[in-house]
Amino acid sequence: MHRTRKTWGLAVLVVGLAGLLALGTALASSMAQAPATPEEKDKAPGRAMAQHSVMAPGARWTTVDHSKLEALQKDFAAPEEVTIACLSCHALAADQIQHTIHWTWLVDKVGDGKTMGKIGKTINNFCIAVPSNEPRCTSCHIGYGWKDKSFDFTNKSKIDCLVCHDSTHTYEKYPTKAGYPVTEPTVFPENGKTYLPPDYKKVAGAVARPDRINCGTCHFYGGGGDMVKHGDLDSSIGKPGKSLDVHMDAEGLNFACQRCHTTKQHEIAGRLYSVPASQERLSLTDADLASKIACESCHGTSPHKTNAKANDHVDKVACQTCHIPAFARELPTKMRWDWSTAGKMNAEGKPFKTKGPLGAPAYDTKKGDFTFVKDVQPEYRWFNGAMSYLLVTDRIDPARVVTQNKPLGDAADSKARIMPFKRHTGRQPYDKVQNTLVIPKLFGPPDSDAYWAKYDWSKAITVGMKYADLPYSGEYGFVETEYFFPITHMVAPAKNVVACGECHSRQSRLKDITGVYMPGRDGGGTVTLIGWMAVVGSAAGVGVHGIMRAASRKRKGE
Amino acid sequence: MNANHQNGLRKVYLYTRYERFWHWFQAAMILVLLVTGLEIHGSLRLLGFQRAVTVHNFLGLTWLASFAFFIFWVFTTGEWKQYVPTTRKLLEVVRYYTVGIFTGQPHPCPKTPEAKHNPLQRLAYLALAALLLPLQMATGLLYWMYNSWAELGVKGMTLSSVAALHVLGGFAILSFLIVHIYMTTTGHTLMAHIKAMFTGWEDIPTGERTDEWEKRVA
Repeated sequence: MHRTRKTWGLAVLVVGLAGLLALGTALASSMAQAPATPEEKDKAPGRAMAQHSVMAPGARWTTVDHSKLEALQKDFAAPEEVTIACLSCHALAADQIQHTIHWTWLVDKVGDGKTMGKIGKTINNFCIAVPSNEPRCTSCHIGYGWKDKSFDFTNKSKIDCLVCHDSTHTYEKYPTKAGYPVTEPTVFPENGKTYLPPDYKKVAGAVARPDRINCGTCHFYGGGGDMVKHGDLDSSIGKPGKSLDVHMDAEGLNFACQRCHTTKQHEIAGRLYSVPASQERLSLTDADLASKIACESCHGTSPHKTNAKANDHVDKVACQTCHIPAFARELPTKMRWDWSTAGKMNAEGKPFKTKGPLGAPAYDTKKGDFTFVKDVQPEYRWFNGAMSYLLVTDRIDPARVVTQNKPLGDAADSKARIMPFKRHTGRQPYDKVQNTLVIPKLFGPPDSDAYWAKYDWSKAITVGMKYADLPYSGEYGFVETEYFFPITHMVAPAKNVVACGECHSRQSRLKDITGVYMPGRDGGGTVTLIGWMAVVGSAAGVGVHGIMRAASRKRKGE
Repeated sequence: MNANHQNGLRKVYLYTRYERFWHWFQAAMILVLLVTGLEIHGSLRLLGFQRAVTVHNFLGLTWLASFAFFIFWVFTTGEWKQYVPTTRKLLEVVRYYTVGIFTGQPHPCPKTPEAKHNPLQRLAYLALAALLLPLQMATGLLYWMYNSWAELGVKGMTLSSVAALHVLGGFAILSFLIVHIYMTTTGHTLMAHIKAMFTGWEDIPTGERTDEWEKRVA
């Protein structure tokens, strides 16, 4: 009797403890699944303060109403007159502007004493290069009249203040007039849109700090149109919902670009080719005057308040890798541009355009074939913030995909982390004899040798290379190229982050990342084989033993 | 605690309450650790990676704490003597399991409270408790604290080598588990040993006696 009671007591104890264990397990796992009110606990330090100062009712950043200023009470005949009026008060602005990459399109801060930039240095697989195509490309220059090499970069009146500071969003530069707006209503034949001459007095009277639309005028439409270049910047970021970007959410935090791209004296924080956007990952509590360009600036280096394991990742995994599960989430982005098929004519012998399944361009006689994709899962690379760029003078190996810019860093680099990228592939002309990429003249009047005039690559490359003072053998072919964009905008709400198992699995998003051991991804191989062999061996051993026991029992007639 | 004579068997109280509790608690933990461990390793899918990690880490730490209690128990009760390895009668036991068991011979080392483990068990359980489990705990702890290696001064190791050891340890425990469960069926009935591990009372053949040297001396 006594023994039975003891047994029952033990059974109850065991069951109770098993229950306790299960409870703890369930509790621990539920903690991992659903952090208690993440909105509250994951708030960035300083957020309340920042909100208070920026968003409090009546909070204003300016003490001037430009519409009342005497210098602006006139009917401006030309945009340069506006600039001169601006500079009559903002005396230092021109000098500041003329030292920025936005003005020069070249930087000399990339080390080794050389300059770097899109004027005759780098080359891409979108519209390829600027030289000889200025009047078209410089519709995105913050100046007026950069139509060729004769442009005077010291002329202060040629600075376009309005394209960045127009808060009415009525000011527009015409796409092919070297940065000038039109003087009378003009239809741009490529998109059928009518461009109107700006009301300079009204625009000048309403200047303000730039907002997303101002920056987006160029940065959403790079490469000749919306959705072409970045993948994480297109017109959908102009007024995004929270699901597209938690910071720029027009109904919520509504960050302007400069909230992160800290701007001092017209110098805007961001990566400059091989110079990382931020050298150190400092938070504002480490250095309150540092630029806010990094996520850590506001979020610190242990940003997850309810998930310690996530904080263990921050030294090797960039925030963007988990928090931007896909780019081009609302509008498709161009993933491939094949110049080699350009030049086809329709039945009437005219250039033509077709559209693809997503309503995006699919073919254009001027440009070739395009592939647009929506909701793209990024590619991942080690990245220390710097990128190396192929120069137009560099030799290439046409047998391989030519990498035009490369994320730098590897697992051994303490400053490198795993970062998402858009990888844009292309097929573009190169010099078959010299093995260099080439600069074709694409844009020009109908009587010129520009490709978009005569559809003759040989002529277009010859004049383009001559303009750029580069040698050309006269023989061209087409070569495969790739171009990388770091993905850093379109930060998704916490509930949409990349789940652990999407990387920690055999078919990992990070399957090509080397130099780091990842549980779940790196489980194949010899160790696992040995393990399973031991398990199978044990099972087989006892199996045979068991069968023999059963057989011997039978023999003995049990 | 009178011997209960029936069918040539007597009942002996072999496993104390704590021992049985520890056994089954350990069994449950091992089972869940194995399953979640295999999931983290990428060999199966059940809870999802994140949940598997959370459960595995929680149980791993629970294990560390409860193993300390086991160490305390094993030394304060003198039970550690049951784990002292010996080669005496080892060959007889091996011969029993490879030959005798099929021909119906009696076990050369019947269980008694003073000598619960035959020489083969002593070796197996010592290897488990003193080598394999501590290896799992050490590699698991290192794995868990990977991000603090620099501060802790851990050098000369890579995560992949620690992970490989931990994974091999896990497979070794799984192999042990398979053999161990099979061995429980070798009693006088298939369920006899398992029943004993619940009740504490084992059926021992009457008339068997245990050599003095085999007995644990308190």
